[in-house]
Amino acid sequence: MRTLEQTTQEVLDLASKHFNVPAGSLAPEDDFFKKLGIDSLQTLEMLSRLENHFGIELPDYEVQGVSDFRTLASRIQSRL
Amino acid sequence: MKSFTGKTLRWEWRDGVIELTLDREPANEIGTAMLAELEQFVGAFPGLIPETAACIISSNRKHGFSAGADLRELYHGAEPLSEKERLAGVRAFIERIHAVFNAIDAAPFTTIAAVHGVCFGGGFELALTCDMIFADQMARFAFPELRLGLIPGFGGIPRLRRDVGNVFMRDLLFTGRSVNAARAQAAGLVAQLTSEGQVLKAARSAAAQITKFDTVAREAAKRFVKPVPVDELRREIDLFCELFARPTVMAALKKFVESTDAMPYLP
Repeated sequence: MRTLEQTTQEVLDLASKHFNVPAGSLAPEDDFFKKLGIDSLQTLEMLSRLENHFGIELPDYEVQGVSDFRTLASRIQSRL
Repeated sequence: MKSFTGKTLRWEWRDGVIELTLDREPANEIGTAMLAELEQFVGAFPGLIPETAACIISSNRKHGFSAGADLRELYHGAEPLSEKERLAGVRAFIERIHAVFNAIDAAPFTTIAAVHGVCFGGGFELALTCDMIFADQMARFAFPELRLGLIPGFGGIPRLRRDVGNVFMRDLLFTGRSVNAARAQAAGLVAQLTSEGQVLKAARSAAAQITKFDTVAREAAKRFVKPVPVDELRREIDLFCELFARPTVMAALKKFVESTDAMPYLP
């Protein structure tokens, strides 16, 4: 079982890889909409990548309003 | 006509297979322009059918198959009208959509929706007219219509009910959430799942296989296993129009059109 810290780091690594942001430039408290510059369709792409990576389902309404990586990771953690 | 290039889509016939490609910015929203070109497409069926074994419907847009009905066009078109005119206009549009979707659904050739990215609302309903949905692992499916105070109006519920179990159907409809391709395959919605960017290749491979089969047997098999749920589709039109007549729907459309939310398809 992953710890929340591990899950958070994997979320950061995945976001960095797929949205062309330099590794290490993202922090858990960052607003991912601002840092990644993503729109609503790219948000869905991120949701798919997270679900595929962690092998979970993350209902949209559970991440609605979430904007920082740490909270996003905690939502994922509750579905692992 | 063996090929067509319009403003929102194009199709091309080659070696017994039609490829219909949706290509309207930003994400293949289905409005009056796409509907008119889909009508041209089904209008060409009489000439295409004798030489066609399979048809692939796919998207050339980066973000997906289709984000659904063009709600901006719907809102801006309906907003200045009286309630009576608004309802008449929506019913006429929905009747035209159903005529096109029923024609694709009942086409004697085998149809494959090759889906990547978003496949929401009306776009999902178009995919459901096809005999099979192939999806790449980044595809997402959703029926978010309840957020607008509506039900899917392009034939979604009867066709989803035809293909999958009630539990999955209710989850999609009642929560409005989007589901990924793996979940959709597990639920029986997706026939074949591919890696990212490979869905059109998989659909072409299947279509090439389908061209080898005897025409009479292929068409008989389709008629036998995939009846068009005509009565339910008629009831859906009536229910959709009944719901659309309420003022809450225009208020919800306005909210959606003006939204800058990351998930505008949720209330």
